[in-house]
Formats: sequence, structure tokens, C-alpha cells
Amino acid sequence: MTKAMLIDTSICIGCKGCQVACKEWWNLAPTKTTQVGTYENPLDLNADTWTRIRFSEYEAGGKVRWLFMKWGCMQCANAACVDVCPTAALKKNALGFVSLERDLCNGCGYCSQACPFNIPRLETINALTGEAKATKCTFCQDRITNDLIPACVKTCPAAALGFSDRGKVLATAKTRVEDLKKLGYAEARVYGESELGGLGRVYVLTAPAAAYGLPEKPEYPVLANFWQNLLQPFGYVAVGATALGLGVNWVLTRRARLGDVETVEPET
Amino acid sequence: MSVSRRDFLKLGGATVGGLLLGNGLPDAVAAEGEPQFLLHKKVGEIATICTYCAVGCGQIVGVQGGRVVNVEGDPDHPINRGTLCSKGAANWQVIYSPERVTKVQYRAPGSDKWEEKSWDWALDRIAQKIKETRDKTFVAKDKDGATVNRTEGIAYLGGAQHTNEEVYSWVKAARALGIVYLEHQARI
Amino acid sequence: MTNHIADFANSDVIWIMGGNPAENHPCAFKWVTKAMEKGAKLIVVDPRVTRSAAAATLYAPIRSGTDIAFMGGLISYILENKLYQEEYVREYTNASFLVNPKFEFNDGLFSGFNPTTKAYDKSTWTYQLDDKGIPKRDLTLSEPQCVLQLMKKHYARYTFDKVSAITGTPKDLLEQVYKMYSETGKPDKAGAIIYAMGQTQHSYGSQNVESLALVQLLLGNVGVAGGQVAAMRGLHNVQGSTDMAALYNNLPGYLATPMGREQSLADYLKRVVPTTNDPKSLNWWKNYPKYIVSLLKAWFGDAATKENDFAFNWLPKMAAGKDYSHIALFEAMNAGDIKGFIVIGQNPAVGGPNAGLERDALAKLDWMVVSELWETETTAFWKRPGVKPADIKTEVFLLPAASWVEREGSVTNTGRWVQWRNKAIDPVGDSKPDLWIVNQIMNRVRALYKRDGGAFADPITKLDWNYGDGLPHAHTIAKEINGRATADIKDDKGTVLIAAGKQIPAFASLRDDGLTTCGSWIYCGYYTDAGNMAARRDNSDPTGLYLYSGWAWNWPVNRRILYNRASLSPQGVPWDPKRAPLKWNPETKAFSGDVVDGGGAPDAIYPFIMNNEGVARLFAPGLAEGPFPEHYEAWESPVQNLLSKQQNNPIAKIWESDSNRRSDAAKYPIVGTTYRLSEHMQAGAMSRNLPWLVEAQPAPFVEMSEQLAAEKGIKNGDRVIVENTRGKVQMVAVVTKRIKPFNINGKTVHQVGLIWHWGYAGASTGDSANSLTPHVGDANTTIPEYKAWLCDVRKV
Repeated sequence: MTKAMLIDTSICIGCKGCQVACKEWWNLAPTKTTQVGTYENPLDLNADTWTRIRFSEYEAGGKVRWLFMKWGCMQCANAACVDVCPTAALKKNALGFVSLERDLCNGCGYCSQACPFNIPRLETINALTGEAKATKCTFCQDRITNDLIPACVKTCPAAALGFSDRGKVLATAKTRVEDLKKLGYAEARVYGESELGGLGRVYVLTAPAAAYGLPEKPEYPVLANFWQNLLQPFGYVAVGATALGLGVNWVLTRRARLGDVETVEPET
Repeated sequence: MSVSRRDFLKLGGATVGGLLLGNGLPDAVAAEGEPQFLLHKKVGEIATICTYCAVGCGQIVGVQGGRVVNVEGDPDHPINRGTLCSKGAANWQVIYSPERVTKVQYRAPGSDKWEEKSWDWALDRIAQKIKETRDKTFVAKDKDGATVNRTEGIAYLGGAQHTNEEVYSWVKAARALGIVYLEHQARI
Repeated sequence: MTNHIADFANSDVIWIMGGNPAENHPCAFKWVTKAMEKGAKLIVVDPRVTRSAAAATLYAPIRSGTDIAFMGGLISYILENKLYQEEYVREYTNASFLVNPKFEFNDGLFSGFNPTTKAYDKSTWTYQLDDKGIPKRDLTLSEPQCVLQLMKKHYARYTFDKVSAITGTPKDLLEQVYKMYSETGKPDKAGAIIYAMGQTQHSYGSQNVESLALVQLLLGNVGVAGGQVAAMRGLHNVQGSTDMAALYNNLPGYLATPMGREQSLADYLKRVVPTTNDPKSLNWWKNYPKYIVSLLKAWFGDAATKENDFAFNWLPKMAAGKDYSHIALFEAMNAGDIKGFIVIGQNPAVGGPNAGLERDALAKLDWMVVSELWETETTAFWKRPGVKPADIKTEVFLLPAASWVEREGSVTNTGRWVQWRNKAIDPVGDSKPDLWIVNQIMNRVRALYKRDGGAFADPITKLDWNYGDGLPHAHTIAKEINGRATADIKDDKGTVLIAAGKQIPAFASLRDDGLTTCGSWIYCGYYTDAGNMAARRDNSDPTGLYLYSGWAWNWPVNRRILYNRASLSPQGVPWDPKRAPLKWNPETKAFSGDVVDGGGAPDAIYPFIMNNEGVARLFAPGLAEGPFPEHYEAWESPVQNLLSKQQNNPIAKIWESDSNRRSDAAKYPIVGTTYRLSEHMQAGAMSRNLPWLVEAQPAPFVEMSEQLAAEKGIKNGDRVIVENTRGKVQMVAVVTKRIKPFNINGKTVHQVGLIWHWGYAGASTGDSANSLTPHVGDANTTIPEYKAWLCDVRKV
């Protein structure tokens, strides 16, 4: 059963509880930030920041609105990161999220380049050798496979976040959008239902996607279609000579898995 | 009182999260062949109340080997229902902070530094200072001859970071000493 | 709070004014959201679009410091359009009471003002009494001298034009807010007003809150589910520490501190115990003698006897009329009158008003003891930037305190829920729980007095302080606060009701003869022989009204909604049967639901049992500035008062000196205010030392409109200087559409807002906004005027 996260921006209060709860559960290091004229910080995702709130001021019809949006891995059904990952560190889980097994990651960074939302980031493990690992939100893969909900959803003081079967999440989001329209939010909409085959994050928005900094039509990167021809050779380099033999095996595994992934349909 | 893990799990999914969406528990186990992910730390079972604002949210504290490893919202708590804001969620960082003062510190008059002292030394000296100042500034009768039994030479400030039992004890002690400059955060 | 947090979900309209719960009480906000999900409307009135305002159905801007004008306009609108809940107002408030014909109001001043002493003689602020000594009433509410008519006359001056010209709120928005909120005056509608320091931190803060209360009473929104005056308090146990009276003017349970001229318990009781001749007024405070005697017994034990007036004279007495509040305390310290200072978990060097003055004052001390988890600005004042430590002779003791998971005990939330904390681990390092610290200090002081004697040692040596040498058990103290029987308590026939040594089940059993002890009467019942009520964990909700009566314990007597009798008509019928916290069964003659306020049949007594009239006061002579809130400008304001010649609160407490000079509007034309961030805590020690929170909000900033920024050549993210006569701070400018300039009577007035959490100590440092705020206080409470003052802004 595919799970999804509901992000109802119409009731999010931008408190950053989710941002900190993620750090607490995963014990992620703080980033050195500075105040540059916004409530938003950190200003971007990074190796130690897997989710964050984006703040935007939106003026329409003489009314100033302050929009808050939780940002992080979208857990795409058609996950380009999974397709380009040469080591199968990233996998599409039957629960719908993209899992990450750090031990398998070789730090090649293809996932970062292929992601239409610019989500995965590399964490430098060894500054001398340049060894790195990919990082990103996995919906708290240890929690959700152990009867708990993701740390960010659990902590949300505004109850703007939910986590459930994707079908239920979509139905709730749609009902909410209808209610919001009745309350005068003409631009209310669901985001994530069909984008990239359906996102694991389903947003309720009350302003155009662009007002939140979301791409109106996120696209599966063309580059990822050529991963085998273009990127794979570099992948071997990244893996290194000693891993070369294994790398071949991984490529084979990868191909087999790709087939699997394509059969996973989001349940709506 | 603590909450059993079983209770926690029962409530963890059912009462937490979106008000609009009754958060269902995910299917317990991922499909065969999927990677297995073990919980990387204990969630918690000791119930406490958050130490920031006056909403009074419940927290669950996870302890492993005498060390707190996790603090998250108490899913049983009728107000916060498992949730915590950024401060409540960061609360864990208080406990083992390198910034925290965990030894008695003393600054001598005119000195430019702290010195580490023992509890006994500090408490004895504090008791002497209190007595000395009280005895010097105590007013038994005011200028009209009325019994007032107070000192205006010692002031007390604080209390909102206390438990009720602590603030009660300090107030009892301060009034017994004759303190009238007795204030705390509620005033400001 | 008259109700509690989850009760927001019962409201039809929620109005946030002078507070920002989405920012400062995020976990409470879900209950606002819950109400909205059920169709409720949310009004936010604030100088800027806040995190709370972002969720609002209706937002209206207001210039800081003009809340009484805003509310006065609403009161007038309600009265002129007869939108009040008539039966509630007639039966449950003093609207019908006839007022002394000599009572007057003239051009900003009430009768009795003495311009020389700047004080009021309140002798005309009284009711007309009948021959039984009961206030005369006009139940038609038409008599010109009745409270309702006087109120109508007073607020008729608060027209839309006038209010808009004062507040800067556009007239159409004023009307929308008034209309939307007045809807809750219907008997089956409920509205809650949520406020915090935005209302209280003014030189007329108490009257600000009074104006909210008047609106709530007129609309029948007190005592009902979903209707409340909701004070959102800031610290996890600021409610409990207020209840336990870490305040100069109180003893635990809101008993008054004795004053110098009160030489006996009888003298004291003469001042503090109210009386009534009305048989339907329960006048709860008639029980005062039981509470003070039980407190004296809890403190002085066997040494408090009937013969020695229960050791009443061992309590310190204030000099009559003298202010010992926070500002006065620091002024006295600065004058060198205070030699020793005990500080527990508070950081006035950041949180106090005119922080520069308060930091200087600390250097006048001989010694300071601080119990803390951190090196705060207060503990480190002697090495702050700009001072030479060698010049500062203060001896400082910094005692490492245990954190919240390293000790146990109860804390009381803003909804009066007393909740138990369990200990999870032993204190880290050498840190110790505050109970251990206070016990060690007092044991040593007591030993010194026992050995050497000293100034009037009795209250110290004979104090009932027998907690052993180690850590006092929190449960022992809790039991002491609750109270016990000192000997068998028997009825007239000699039957033992409560045996000696047993816990008192509820404050109705407390006595004035020394047979009971009780450390705080309102907590009587929280730790009984049935156990620790604060640790209860039943989260069921049988009424469906989110009362959660089985969770923890709510003072008083586990009552979740104060004044809940007012949710029923005098005949016992709920105003709103779908939302009735109390139900009266005429057959069994019993109430069900919440714990009823007072006993007997619904019409046996009036519902506001804490007032000696038995009803709520629309005319409130207890307040210092007058029985009706009147608009004045803040001590520092860029404009003239448009309602009267009286520019400021005539009796505000002002400490004018070289260190506390008034900023002139010609030089400092911008209105300044202060506020907080969700990611930080008060004076900052508990958040600026946490890397995750510093990451999320790394520095203090000043918010301003795009228009002001353009005038001053400031761009978003620039470093700017904000200054006035008291200080100068440097911060980052956040230039935002969420603040707009105000049109005040045709003149453009700018406002800026400063984040106040920072200082020079800890892991994240920055300038303190309180360097700019004044030593000016409200006349009733002396709460400082943090929220409206003057400044200027320029680019660095």
C-alpha cells in the first residue's frame, strides 16, 4: 500500500517544528546560517537539512498573504534519482517512498543532478579523499516501517501534516480544496497528484505553485534517460577501481529493479 | 508514571497528526525483499511536560544507558497530541549542551573570570552573605513604630522556570527571611 | 485563561489581538484550526501580518498602543445596536446597578483626580445602596445612572471616525471586525478573545485587558464553552509561579501581602475580606481567614498558634503604598538600596525594560546568587562589552541547576492544568535540582541563626522547614501545598470528618482555627490521600466539549471552565444546549458535566462568586485609572490624544531620570514595539544555546514596511541602527509587505518591530531590543510599557 504525506499549506503556521524534529530524530548537524532579511533559514536544503519551511509573501487582491511551505524529497513515483543511482542505494519502496541505504551509496551525486526538485545533497564523509554520501528525506524510513509516522508529521503543531494511504491523502486533499474554494480561496488546488507519476508529498495550495517556489510542471529529466550511455562510465570512476567488479553487478541489478519500479503504480 | 511502549504504539498512530486526516498506521512490514530498517534509537516512555511556553505540552523521553536519546511529543496528551513546535522538538539539545554550566562557578569582587568551587564552599558562603545582609538591613519597626519585620536589602527574582513545589519552597523561604522585593517573570 | 486551550475548538469566532499564538504557542494553535475546520472564523488585529494573521479569515492592522480605542468603538457599536446578550448582561453583570450620582467623567479624567498627588480618590466610584445595603438596580437598564447607560454614554465618543483616526485601522475593516465578532452576542454563539503581552505591556495594560473583558461580558462570552478571555502565558510554569506568589504583592493563592499598618491578623482581614448584604451573593472571599490561617500553619507549623495570631507578624510587611515590583526593584538596586540578589532562572539583563539601566544596577550589588543552566547576560554582566570587570565589586555565585528531565514536580499551564513531570535521568555533571539548592541554603541559614542568633530570628528558626539534608521529595512539598489536618476534624456530633495527618480533599474543608494547613488554597485537592491528581492520564472526553476532566488536575477543584454557572440561564437552561459544559437536572437537583462554580440550584446564587456583588463588573472601580477603560496615548507617542486633553494615563508609574528619559517625537517619530519568534524563548538562554534553533533563527532583526525602508534608503537584509534616548541597537532589517504605514488622523506614522531574544552571552549573540524600552509601568500592576515607544531608524 503506497503511503503519502499530506501538506496542507492553508493551515501550516510556518513554526519550523518539522524542520527541527527531523534534525532531532536523525541527529543532524546545524548549519551555520545568517539573517539576510527573511524568517526562512536555512536558505536551502543541505546534507544536514532534509526538510525546511519556505516563506513567501504574496500580495493579491489588495491582501498581503504570508505563505509557508514544507519542502523536502517529493518521493516521486517516477523517481529519476532511483533510475540513475548506480549502486541501488536509492530504491523505490513498496510503501511508496524512496529509501536510502547509506552503506551502498558511493557518493557519485547523479541523484542530485537528476532530481527535478534539486533535493538530494551530498554529505562529505572524508574531506581528503572526497568520499561522500547522498542524503535526503526518506519519510523516516525506520519509523514508518516500525509502526510510527514520520517525525515531521508527528510533531506538526498546526496539524497541517498528515501521513496515510495515498488514496486517503488525495481524497482528503481534494475535499479540503473544495472547502477552501467555498471559503474564497479561488486558487486552491492539489499539487502532487499526477506530477511525475504522482508525488509522495501531496500539497494543498491556496496560491499558484510559483508563489511557493514550486515548479508548475516538474519534468522527469531528459538526462536521466541517457544515464546508461552518458553517466554510467563516470559512475565507474566514482566507484573506483576496487569496486569495479561490484559495479557491474549493480548495473545488472539496477536494470532488473527498474522493471520493478515501473510496475509500482500510485494508488489513487 | 511512564507509558508503556505498547500504549505508545497504540496511540502513536491513532491520535497523532493532521486533524483533517486520521493518520492511519502504515502497514506494519514492508513487502518481501524490501530492505529492513530498524529504529535507530528508542522513542521514549517517560512522560514529562515541555519546558518552553505555557501550553504545557506532553513529551515522551527516551532513555538508553542512562542517557536521554530522544524527546518527542506525548501522543496521549490531550492538548498537543504528540506534536511539538521547533523549541519543544529541540529540547533534547538542552541536556548535553556544551554551553551548559554543570559546575559551581564563582566570581570574586573585581575579578575578570569564573573560578570553579565546591557546592559546600558556595552554599556556606551564600548562607553567610544572606545572614550578614539581612541582619544589617532588617527593619523590625518602621518610623511610625509599626511592626514590619522586613528587609529591603535582599531581592529575589525568578520562579517561572521552577516547578510549583520549587517556587513554593523558595517563596516560603524568602518570606521567612523577610524579603519584600520578591518578583518573577509574570510581572514583566 | 477562564477556560483552557482545547476549548478554542468550541468557538464560533476567535479573535486574536495583542497575541500571536501561531508564533508563540504553536501547539495551542491546532485548536484554533480545529474550530475553523468546524466553520469558525478567525479575526487577527495586529500592527503587522503575523504567523497567526496568515491563517486569519479577517485581518485588520492597528497602531501599537491603541487597543482601548479599538475596543471602545466595539463597545459603542454593541450598545448602540443592542447586540449584547440581554439576559446575561442584565442578570450576570452589574449593568443594572445604579452608580453614585457624583460619579463623573470629564475630558479624560474620572471624578476624584488629584493633580498634585496624581492619584484618584475613588469615593464617587460607588453604587447607590438600598436600605439593606444592597446595590440598587434598574432591570430595564434604562435609568441614566445605571451602569449600562453610563457605559453607553462613555463610549459614544468612540465613533468610527475617531477610532479609525486613532488606531489607523481603515473604517471598513473596523466595521467588518465589529460585525463579525458581535455575532457571538447571540445566546447560542460563543467567541473567544486570545491575548498576550501585546495587551498587557502598556502603561494602561490592565485597562486594555479590562476592555476585552467588557466586550466578552456584553456578548455573554464568559463561563460558556468556546467563550473566554484567553491569556496566553509565556513560560511553562509562569502560571504556577504566579499561583505560588513569586510576586511582591501576593502570598500563595492570591492572598494579599500584609502592609505595615496591619499589626494583627484582624487588621489585615479588615482590609482584604470583602462583604456583601445580598443573600444571593456567595462572596467566596469571605473564606479568606481560612486560607491565610492555613497558609500560616503550613509555613510556621506548631509555632503558629491562636495565641500568637498564627505568627501573622512574622510575615514581612510592605511599606503601605510602596511599589516593590520589577522596575521598582531595579531602581532601588540602582540607587544602592539592595545589597544581595537571588535570581532563579531569570535573565533581566535581556528581558528587563531599559536593560542598560538594569545591567548597570547589578554592579551596585554586594552579592548575587544565580541558579541557572547557562552563563546568561545577567550572570556575566560584570564582563559585558564596554565594562571593566575590575571596577565591578559584585560577588557572583553561579549555581548549576538541573534541567527539566532531571527532576520531578508539577507545572501549571496557561489553562490552569497542573501537570506532573517525571524524572528521566540524574542531573548532568554537578548540577542540582532547585529544591535541593533552596533546602541547602535554608538549612545553612537556619543553622547560623540557631547558633549565632541575629535580627528577629523566629520566622527563620521556627519555620516549618524539615525536609532533611538531601533532596526534598517533591511529593512531600506537593502534599504540604495541598494541606492536611493538624488534628482530628470533627462535626458537631463528634464524628471525625478528617483524621489528624490526613490530606485535605478540597478547600471547602479548610479552617481558620489552625486545624488545617494549606500552602496554596487554590491547589487544595491536587495531592490528596487519593493520590497525585496532577499525574492523572485519562484523556477521554465524555462531554464532547474537550474538557478532558480526567487529565491532570485543574485549579480550582478540577474546574475546567471558570464561572461556568454563567453558561446557564437563571432558570438552569443552557444558553446553548449543544454546547453546555454544565447541565442541571431539576429532578435529582444536581449538575453534571464540569465541576460547578458554587453549589445549590441555578438561581440560588449569582454566578460570579469571586466578586462580592456576585455578578461581573462592567463598571469596575477596582482598577486604578477608572471604572471604565479610557484611551490614552503611550508615554511616548508620535501623536496627540484625539479623545481628550489627557495625553497619557494620568496615574501611570514613571521613573523619569537621566537613565530613563522620554524620547521626543520630533527626533524619534517612529513607533517601536518588541516581539518574539517561534524558534526562540524569551531572554534567549534556553534557545540561543541550542544549535538547531540558532540555525533556524540566527540573529535579531527589525521588521519595517517597504515605504519606511524606501524613505530611509534601507534595503532588505541591510544592517540598521535603531535608537532613542535610552539606547542604540544594531540589527538586520527585514523589509516586508506585512507591515504598512498607518494613516493617523491624516498623518503617516511608521512602526517597526524588534525581536528581543538576544544579548551578549551564550552561543548566539546580538543586540538587545530592551536597551530601548522604558521604565514606565501600568498603574495597577507596574507591567512595563514594552509594546509602544518611540525610536528612529537609519542605515549603518
